[in-house]
Amino acid sequence: MSVREKEYRVDYLARVEGEGALYVKVRDGEVVDVKFKIFEPPRLFEALLVGRMYYDVPDITARICGICPVAYQMSSVHALESVFGVRVEGPLRDLRRLIYCGEWIESHILHAFMLHAPDFLGYADAIRMAKDHPDIVKTALRVKKIGNDLVALMGGREVHPVSVCVGGFYKVPDRRRLEAFRPQLKEGKALTKDLLSWVAELDFPSFEQDYEFVSLSHPREYPMNEGRIVSSKGLDIPVQEYEDHFEEEQVPYSNALHSRIKGRGSYMVGPLSRINLNRDKLLSETREALADMGFSTPCKNPFKSIIARVAETLYAFEEALRIIDEYREPERPRVEFKVRAGRGSGCTEAPRGILYHRYDVSDDGKVLSAKIVPPTAQNQKRIEEDLRAIAPQLIRLPRERATWRFEQAIRNYDPCISCATHFLRLEIEEE
Amino acid sequence: MTELKPKIAVFKFASCDGCQLSILDLEEELLAIGERFEIAYFLEASRAVVRGPYDIGLVEGSITTPHEAELIREIRAQCKNLITIGACATAGGIQALRNWKGSAEFMKYVYASPEYIETLDKSTPISEHVKVDFELRGCPINKYQLLEVMSALLAGRAPIIPNYSVCVQCKLNGTVCIMVSQGVPCLGPVTQAGCGAICPAYGRGCYGCYGPKESPNTSSLVKRFINLGVKREEAVNMFRMFNAWAPGFREVEESLVG
Repeated sequence: MSVREKEYRVDYLARVEGEGALYVKVRDGEVVDVKFKIFEPPRLFEALLVGRMYYDVPDITARICGICPVAYQMSSVHALESVFGVRVEGPLRDLRRLIYCGEWIESHILHAFMLHAPDFLGYADAIRMAKDHPDIVKTALRVKKIGNDLVALMGGREVHPVSVCVGGFYKVPDRRRLEAFRPQLKEGKALTKDLLSWVAELDFPSFEQDYEFVSLSHPREYPMNEGRIVSSKGLDIPVQEYEDHFEEEQVPYSNALHSRIKGRGSYMVGPLSRINLNRDKLLSETREALADMGFSTPCKNPFKSIIARVAETLYAFEEALRIIDEYREPERPRVEFKVRAGRGSGCTEAPRGILYHRYDVSDDGKVLSAKIVPPTAQNQKRIEEDLRAIAPQLIRLPRERATWRFEQAIRNYDPCISCATHFLRLEIEEE
Repeated sequence: MTELKPKIAVFKFASCDGCQLSILDLEEELLAIGERFEIAYFLEASRAVVRGPYDIGLVEGSITTPHEAELIREIRAQCKNLITIGACATAGGIQALRNWKGSAEFMKYVYASPEYIETLDKSTPISEHVKVDFELRGCPINKYQLLEVMSALLAGRAPIIPNYSVCVQCKLNGTVCIMVSQGVPCLGPVTQAGCGAICPAYGRGCYGCYGPKESPNTSSLVKRFINLGVKREEAVNMFRMFNAWAPGFREVEESLVG
């Protein structure tokens, strides 16, 4: 009896941030092996931070990712502030949420419309999609620009902004400049409602999994900078206990470490997890829009993460407008503090999910050790499991369609391989 | 008659993706770029891959593995014009900090089994491996400078990218010098402009993300920092950022001897 062997290969997975690959092995119609490989060359950030002064950390870690630099700045300053016993409250705390809103907007729209939407409609990219759907692509580009402009307004430029520091900001915007930005935010909010209705009508493959959703949770607000780490299966811990409950393992085929919940296994972080666990904390217009379109939670279809991404974009516009309406200029751009030795951790909601940083610092403010766990490393194991679970329905399809659908299933997670280390290669081998 | 559009390809090595993201951040120009160029290879944006040769190759990232060192030679052979974008590709990037220690020591901090991972001891710029036709500076690049480079290539002229210092830009912007007025150490005098001199406008010293300007007087500036009360080691570390391996910044420690 012959064993049926077949091989699918996509050497360079496109429309992800960074470089990675996938390997699916099928024997007689059975999936026998799935590997989601990340071979982006390692840049060794945790090592190059050792010996640096604490104030260099937000600028250096921002360079882990050009798409979500604010997330790295935020998790690092919160971790260092916990070492020094600093609390950032009031308008400074709000301004941090404001710059984060800008990043969520630009990053979510980039992924939803430039990288993910073309999969649903069968286009190689958004530029080609724009030929048939010019209005939707132009609207998305306009919204993305408003998000980028908000980051630049707060931090001087959209990629690697320069204003964030331990204790607050180097400089805060004056009230007039923020108020002058309200019309763009209102425009962005209105346009995002259209985008949300549009993604709700996409054709979603039927595929559901029993995920453990993990996100931050805060009693009063949709989580960004602060909160406890919670899950849909009962986890509820303070950030400082992260390493007691989560572990990372190195696998030979990937340059990124795989995360798991100790004693349980894979989990999902990102917009779908956040919205499933924090829907009641969204602001009114986003809540209403989701209710009107009949979006039910918990949503267990990862292809619908695109809806969660656009809904969070709408929320980010609402929240940015709220912050600007209530903004009073703080007396000082940053809180005064004394450097002291110790260990501190921080976890914030990057666009792609929770981003954990932990530092040991000497009494003169030098980093002694650093640990960084990006969202894509946390999703990696779960991505492999999705591929394994969806493979039986895909291997019946023509090769090109199956391959494309596997890619789309990876892009559901908006993997940022630059963060996790980088490069995605897709190989599907059938024996 | 069909117009022959220049074929453009975007390649990535060790980097954060931020510089190629700048292309997608040209929201108002992106669709026009799609009309004027054939986007033949740009994996971050497109699944469609058109074979080389290419008229323009934009390269992001530094060379950090033996495989990358091979790949950049193949890419060079495929590209009529090879342009590096950003500090990683033009100077080795932040990951070049390993160049002073070697990667073996760094690897064990991050990975339990470093033998699985293949990496070179040094992170090096593209120009240490192949001929580069134009280098665009910055961590990240200024997207409008990239647009200028692309427009210049379309027009068949040289790109107009100023090479004066950040200090000149501060003067043009009317920003009061923070080193003179507040004693804040600033790399502006030795750093090439291009960022718009944003850091001094935000009340902090320039951290050199556009790399050294032509013939920078770094040793003199370091002495000034030390006079301002900066420890020698910290003064050196100010240059050990995103352009640490760029000639002009690289030798800062040796320049202080004696």
